[in-house]
Amino acid sequence: MSIEGQVRIPSGCAITSVFSKSGENISGRLVVDSIATMHERSNGLGGGFAGYGIYPQYKDLYAFHIFYDTLAARQACEAFIDRHFDVVNLSKIPVRKHPNIIDEPLIWRYFLTPLPTKLKDSQLDESEFTKRCVIRINDSIEGAYVFSSGKNMGVFKAVGYPEDVGDFYRLEDYEGYCWTAHGRYPTNTPGWWGGAHPFALLGYSIVHNGEISSYDANRRFIEMYGYRCNLQTDTEVITYIVDFLHRRRGLTLAEVASVIAAPFWTTIATKPAEEREKLTYLRNTFASLLITGPFSILLGFDGGIMALNDRLKLRSMVVGERGDRVYIASEECAIRVMEPDLEKLWAPRGGEPVIVRLNAGAQGR
Amino acid sequence: MLIQAKDLPFRELNRQINAAGEQSVTLQGVMGQRFIASGLKGKDVEINGIPGNALGAYLDGAHITVRGNAQDATGDTMNEGSIRIYGRSGDATGYAMRGGSIYVQGDSGYRAGIHMKAYSAKYPVLVIGGAAGSFLGEYLAGGVIIVLGIGHEAEGKAPVGYFTGTGMYGGKIFLRSAHVPHDLPPQVDVREAAAQDREEAYAHVAQYCAYFGGDPHQLMEHRLLVLTPSEESSYKQLYCAQ
Repeated sequence: MSIEGQVRIPSGCAITSVFSKSGENISGRLVVDSIATMHERSNGLGGGFAGYGIYPQYKDLYAFHIFYDTLAARQACEAFIDRHFDVVNLSKIPVRKHPNIIDEPLIWRYFLTPLPTKLKDSQLDESEFTKRCVIRINDSIEGAYVFSSGKNMGVFKAVGYPEDVGDFYRLEDYEGYCWTAHGRYPTNTPGWWGGAHPFALLGYSIVHNGEISSYDANRRFIEMYGYRCNLQTDTEVITYIVDFLHRRRGLTLAEVASVIAAPFWTTIATKPAEEREKLTYLRNTFASLLITGPFSILLGFDGGIMALNDRLKLRSMVVGERGDRVYIASEECAIRVMEPDLEKLWAPRGGEPVIVRLNAGAQGR
Repeated sequence: MLIQAKDLPFRELNRQINAAGEQSVTLQGVMGQRFIASGLKGKDVEINGIPGNALGAYLDGAHITVRGNAQDATGDTMNEGSIRIYGRSGDATGYAMRGGSIYVQGDSGYRAGIHMKAYSAKYPVLVIGGAAGSFLGEYLAGGVIIVLGIGHEAEGKAPVGYFTGTGMYGGKIFLRSAHVPHDLPPQVDVREAAAQDREEAYAHVAQYCAYFGGDPHQLMEHRLLVLTPSEESSYKQLYCAQ
């Protein structure tokens, strides 16, 4: 049996999300019901969720969610973790047996903080230290895969239809200010657990509907900066691009959007001088990070969410709003099932980012 | 006849529509079911809720009314009949339609009317009351698209996105707009609507008003542009026998 990376996967997929700007707690159940309306966009080979604000009791600690293929992988990984982190709490992630979710790996969760001495010796900041450890584990420990590594957030994913995955992980037991969800439709290979979305690194998580034609160009560029695309799924590289541009290079999210979904040169030519210069600079400087091909993505980050379409808008996306809640999904039905009476419903243009953040002083920060 | 669509998978919903003994069928609680009324003829279907993608695909004479918004690819390859939407429609509305009519009260998404085509008595009509997204009439081969831009008159630009008429080689697009889109491709000609054009457009605008209200005469008292493929540089020579 081939796994991803040995075989190419073009994908269909569904994405959805809910966000409370005032930081209200939203049950994970809501977004499970939302993604279920788009059942036909998935084929049972991957589903997943990211929740933000779900671990308030450990909000200053990194929460690692890890898949292990074998006990040996767990032992090797835990030895590595013990050398680099202070583990405050560890446990299996609670799951409920589900007839449609089979062949699960060992699924563990760790709340941890970098060991002060190790961190000091590394001369890195905390987030860069942690990121390097995540990549080290995923790249070098066979059978261990850190699929979530942010603070006060967590990714839950599996092979199956997303509504079944939500049941499996008991998402009704979690509450957060933001949820994103994904239903997968890989058509050429068996999906595998690590290949389900979201793809996450530190506080960033990506769910993606589409196919990246520029994947290899993007991968070659980003691997020069210490990232390792060892899952060889196109979505993975988006997560690393966002981490590189936003966290490390300090670009704003709108600028990140102008890099990965850059306007056409003909469109840039019509902009006022200052904007034209900026767009030209971004396109030239980060030419290898332009993502081509059809995509719609939802980027979850600490305190916010960004939605983005490819510049030609070859995938669908709608946004609904009511009160402090913002809903973004591939299809309107996925929004209406969460909130039938919207104050506003609209479709963002291709390449136009929709950025939503927690209000100042909101809980969950 | 009333059908409760809530929680029905799309195949079962279509089975019930097809099996309905009466001509008139009303659906309640629709929530994203795809392919509703696909290939249907001889029935009137009213939809309450949110129909899923490819509503009325291959429609063959049935009449569909949507009390709300429609999603993507409405009327995909429809052959005959009508779809009217009391709301907005998503991307690729009227995708490759070859006959019948679609009326959207509000805005429409990207690629409205992509690759519509006409032949002999088959002449598809797509009317968008609000604004259209980018790539309006992409690869248009036949039929007519009308964008009324109602509520967008004061925006200082045509009620369309970028790249209108890209690859267009047949058919006609009416824009009720004081402004010419700034990025029309070289193979698309734009002109003021002549009396004959206005007469053609009026019939469809009157139908729009009959559905959704409004005064067609008043709507027509506005600059009206006509987009057609240019004879010299058209792709026609590539695709059509001379």
